[in-house]
Amino acid sequence: MSHGPSASGGATIKAGHHGGEPYTPVFVGEMKARLEDLLGRYPTRQAGLLPALWMVQEARGWVSEEGMAEVATVLGVTPAYVKGVVTFYTMYHQHPVGKYFIQVCTTSPCHVCGAEDVVKAFLEKTGCGELGVTSADGRYTVIEVECLGACGFATPVMVNADFLESVTPETVPEVLKRYA
Amino acid sequence: MGFPHTPHPRETQVLSTHFGDADARSVDGWKKRGGYQALANALGTDPVAIQNVVKESGLRGRGGAGFPTGLKWSFMKLGDGKPHYLCCNADESEPGTFKDREIMRWTPHALIEGCAIGAYAIGAEDCFIYIRGEFTEPLQVMERACADARAAGVIGKNAMGSGKTVNVWVHKGAGAYICGEETALMNSIEGKRGNPRIKPPFPAVAGLFGKPTTINNVETLTAVPHILNRGADWYKKMSRPDNPKSTGTKLWSVCGNIARPGNYEVEMGFPFGEFLQDVCGGAPKGRKIKAVIPGGSSVPVIPWEQAAAAVMDYEGMVAAGTMLGSAGCIVMDDAQSIPRQAARLARFYAHESCAQCTQCREGTAWTTKILERICAGDGTAEDLDTLLSIGDNMTGKTICVLSDSCATVVSSALQYFRPEFEALIKRTTIHAVPQVVAR
Ligand SMILES: Cc1cc2nc3c(=O)[nH]c(=O)nc-3n(C[C@H](O)[C@H](O)[C@H](O)COP(=O)(O)O)c2cc1C
Ligand code: SF4
Ligand code: FES
Repeated sequence: MSHGPSASGGATIKAGHHGGEPYTPVFVGEMKARLEDLLGRYPTRQAGLLPALWMVQEARGWVSEEGMAEVATVLGVTPAYVKGVVTFYTMYHQHPVGKYFIQVCTTSPCHVCGAEDVVKAFLEKTGCGELGVTSADGRYTVIEVECLGACGFATPVMVNADFLESVTPETVPEVLKRYA
Repeated sequence: MGFPHTPHPRETQVLSTHFGDADARSVDGWKKRGGYQALANALGTDPVAIQNVVKESGLRGRGGAGFPTGLKWSFMKLGDGKPHYLCCNADESEPGTFKDREIMRWTPHALIEGCAIGAYAIGAEDCFIYIRGEFTEPLQVMERACADARAAGVIGKNAMGSGKTVNVWVHKGAGAYICGEETALMNSIEGKRGNPRIKPPFPAVAGLFGKPTTINNVETLTAVPHILNRGADWYKKMSRPDNPKSTGTKLWSVCGNIARPGNYEVEMGFPFGEFLQDVCGGAPKGRKIKAVIPGGSSVPVIPWEQAAAAVMDYEGMVAAGTMLGSAGCIVMDDAQSIPRQAARLARFYAHESCAQCTQCREGTAWTTKILERICAGDGTAEDLDTLLSIGDNMTGKTICVLSDSCATVVSSALQYFRPEFEALIKRTTIHAVPQVVAR
């Protein structure tokens, strides 16, 4: 839930609307079939909301107002309702993010193992400088994230869907080489 | 990555037996290791008989609250003509806890087997495993394993050729600690914001989609096939002779300032001091353990001396002034500042509050602000009392216990480490109330 003292820094990512391009629907053809198949396991269409939003984010990289509207139509709920759900969860991007979205855990167990220095190294080496700000070349966005459920492997870092363990300030340049 | 450690001789491996054994991840590999035998037997048994074995074993919920599992199952009214549901809680977001992730990555079929048995025992045809969105690898492994199990006829219509229907599905979360709370989890599956619900009605009466539902943790369900295979007596024996209330083995996630972090499986009743020193290797070289949070960030922090004398079971941890919780053990050495860590944890709760309850929304935010200003050297003498009184107002007054958890961090830190806070408070003046000055 994003309110109160923010763990991901105060800076916001610049909003955009598909770079001025018209929105092309996600749920056509195979994607539509995939969603309908998934809906078969639930007694309500609304239960497909989180999965549908994931599919939009997978296809478009983020969830725009147009994306929310499409999900609303497909599942038979209102766009305002969809927005209410999207804003509750931290993993749906409501703005475009860098090509590589980097999330560093800084909650206490990782904090006591030096996670702050890992964050610093990422901010420096990516050129982002600040949390939540996409680097000038559009490649990286770095945020702090709350406990990733891998505290024994401090510091865990997510780069897009890749889950990395035991990252240290020293291994940050090596990690970034893989995501150029 | 994250390859499990070589087991320590003092560990008792039950759930962790096949950690690191890649071959155990397939249906056939699992069957070769004796897997799915318990499910085949269970599907030919009366559900109530299964509930009774689990009751008899003494198994208690591993998600944090430690509620007796068999008893929970018996709240489900069999044959009421309504669809029933089982939810498997794989949200694992409690700081310090990372055991369910290991179970899912290495032994996905162990969990599916537990889910299928659990579902059958409560009269449910569908089980949803709710996995947090950040767990990309466990999600992939579990989805694949469910598809494989379905294709092999292990689950689905006519599961194991029994004529019974048992489905196991994976549902992916989207980033919210609160969705680990059982009613929030159900809302999340229903496609809603993950706000906890007011109880009653309890899930066994009106849960997922308004139908009778049971929610169990990953580790809880994974223990069930072992209990059915080896018997309640075998399970009960793994306990302190004088404490039959905590039975079986427990996976402990150990992290923070410890020489060998990882997941360790020991029997209930293991001495905590020896566990941390001998099994986990003690503090990192040259340091000393100062404080321990044994059961995930929501339980009281205790000083090392107190932890060293504790016994690792539900009652033992209570006797030591804390709780077993999710057994996510966070170790802090003498280089750590307790106020700073309390502030960081308060920030966690403020970030994760679902904001339905005023006491929680405001309380977590103010607790964080005050702790952060104390750490910044701007604290005042009355701040500590203010923190305790805020904590008082956050305890026992909200829809779920996230609010209480934040207060626990602060009250326990102040109880045992007050001098550290006081040392940070250099100013003694009362905060001036801002004056409206007439111009
Ligand atoms: C804020 C909050 C977060 C929770 N997170 C989890 C979690 O991540 N995993 C879990 O198994 N239980 C979690 N729980 C406990 C569940 O509500 C529930 O008690 C548990 O899943 C029941 O399973 P068990 O009886 O097998 O332990 C949480 C509770 C609260 C109040
Ligand atoms: S206590 Fe906090 S997290 Fe729980 S329901 Fe209330 S506001 Fe939400
Ligand atoms: S605190 Fe970093 S993964 Fe749990």
